[in-house]
Amino acid sequence: MSLKLSSQSMQRVKEVMTHYPNKQAALLPILHIVQEEMGYVPEELEADIAEIVEVPVVKVREVLSFYTLFNRRPVGKYHIQMCHTISCTLCGHRDLLKYIKQKLGIDVGQTTPDGKYTLSVVECLAACETAPMMQINDKYYGNLTPQRIDEIFAGLT
Amino acid sequence: MPFPKLFTDNNGGILTPYINQECNELKNYLKLEGYEAAKKALAMPAEQVIDEVTRSNLRGLGGAGFPAGRKWSFIPKDSPKPKYLVINADESEPGTCKDKYVILGAAHVLLEGIIIAARAINAHTCYIYIRGEYVEPAQIMQSAIDEAYEAKILGKNVLGTDYALDVYIHRGAGAYICGEETALLESLEGKRGWPRMKPPFPAIEGLFRSPTIVNNVETIAYVPMIMNKGWEWFAKLGTERNGGYRFYSISGHVNRPGVYELPVGTTLRTMLYDYAGGIRGGKKLKAVIPGGSSSPPLRPEEIDVKMDFDSLAAIGSMLGSAGIIAMDEDTCLLDMLMVTTRFYHHESCGQCTPCREGTGWMDKILNRMLRGGGRLEDVNNMPDIANGIMGNTICPLGDAAAMPVLGYFKKFREEFESHAKTGKCHTGEFTSWKPAGKG
Ligand SMILES: Cc1cc2nc3c(=O)[nH]c(=O)nc-3n(C[C@H](O)[C@H](O)[C@H](O)COP(=O)(O)O)c2cc1C
Ligand code: SF4
Ligand code: FES
Repeated sequence: MSLKLSSQSMQRVKEVMTHYPNKQAALLPILHIVQEEMGYVPEELEADIAEIVEVPVVKVREVLSFYTLFNRRPVGKYHIQMCHTISCTLCGHRDLLKYIKQKLGIDVGQTTPDGKYTLSVVECLAACETAPMMQINDKYYGNLTPQRIDEIFAGLT
Repeated sequence: MPFPKLFTDNNGGILTPYINQECNELKNYLKLEGYEAAKKALAMPAEQVIDEVTRSNLRGLGGAGFPAGRKWSFIPKDSPKPKYLVINADESEPGTCKDKYVILGAAHVLLEGIIIAARAINAHTCYIYIRGEYVEPAQIMQSAIDEAYEAKILGKNVLGTDYALDVYIHRGAGAYICGEETALLESLEGKRGWPRMKPPFPAIEGLFRSPTIVNNVETIAYVPMIMNKGWEWFAKLGTERNGGYRFYSISGHVNRPGVYELPVGTTLRTMLYDYAGGIRGGKKLKAVIPGGSSSPPLRPEEIDVKMDFDSLAAIGSMLGSAGIIAMDEDTCLLDMLMVTTRFYHHESCGQCTPCREGTGWMDKILNRMLRGGGRLEDVNNMPDIANGIMGNTICPLGDAAAMPVLGYFKKFREEFESHAKTGKCHTGEFTSWKPAGKG
């Protein structure tokens, strides 16, 4: 395998391939492993990944662009994903989004100049009972108010 | 993820006690007779297990409500191919947020249900497909799986028998369509989540072209209790054709949003006013969505309906994933429909023209109306477009996008007419972008 990842990640790639009767089925797990290590899936690795799972490169690209969780470009250290679907909108998502935009000085889809924050809006994260809510990297934060947002941001170093 | 709060009735629910006693850890579950039901099932003929679940009237709780036992019986017994069990933990229908409670609090109950279901269909491999955003639930599920292997509950000799079962987690990557069972299978095979034409149904030709059963997390989590206490017990708790309890996610403008485990058939009024504490700020209810954002909304005078599949279908809506969303009197329904339609447009896989184009047109028209550029013909065109999608697509996402449009325009036509005529939001002063009810 010619994929350039840490030996730990390569171990995980090998292990995950034993979970399926064919190689292609390991594509999503492998992309997750790459993204966990690099923060995104660099274009230069697409061919190597394709070789491992034995599909044409175009199939890897197709999958990468279909799924919204895979980043094809680097994102900030903290990726803020605000839910803008129905329950969160009912509970005041728009005002909070405005608040975050002002706080960070960026618009949706942008990254702060220091590379610390990227702001996105996303569809329902299945935490509607805690609406309005957002996800920052792996964590969910619910019942948001401007004050709670201040506290959460103060905790991000 | 903060450990979520789960609410139930005075009888304490069925899964709630396990969740509250943290049966995501093996030691806690073993104290509550964990894995006794699986032992029982492993000692029975598979047909008897299927029969027990069929008679219990357990319906699929992922949305479609197909009887669980009957689905299992479709797996061909004489096929030489391997059989697969796939657990749908994609959980993406807006308004629905229940399966994570099972995983976070009762991962071992789910695993026990998996053993029983696998045994019933003779599967030796199970994949749990978890939505990609659920990082912590996936970790908790994985540690429960690891504990089970360690304790020889999974693996080559399940619970000391000669039955072999491997369980793997497969993480999604942010696509609602992957909750649809055939798109989910494509995604598991390492492809884009594009739904397949049916037939063949997955039970005949599913994952890796082999017989496959796809079941929702909650559906499978009820199976151990059914095996322990018998089908009559479960069947008696619900309504005639829909057994037991189930999880209702309640969100929007209520005082106590949350996930409630309640007997099937409890009325929507009881859920909204007695359990969820009524509408916030003492306001009036304007509309309520009973079964996730794809179900047509109900008017306040319709909330005495029993929350089961048949009763909601009888009044032109559906129970679906039981995601209840309440909207108060100040809500702009045009805005809420726009948000809903935007969702389905964004999540369409793009494979069928009516769904890809239709959802786009509807989204565009609603946006124009919302910005004050409504035209009277929109009030007829919108349902026409929705009707053009209904039934004309490969998978039910097209219908899921069309049904709310038809429902809102039928039940609240006057509100859309007034937006179209006046270019103003009925709720008050016109702004180019009337925000939703303030939180
Ligand atoms: C667009 C779409 C999205 C769906 N999303 C989910 C989902 O997130 N979770 C789920 O369990 N079922 C979902 N379903 C239903 C599944 O296709 C399938 O019916 C279900 O997983 C079967 O399990 P059950 O019989 O236990 O309900 C979805 C269906 C459609 C059409
Ligand atoms: S109905 Fe929509 S989501 Fe379903 S297959 Fe067709 S285009 Fe894809
Ligand atoms: S609507 Fe925001 S989490 Fe579901």
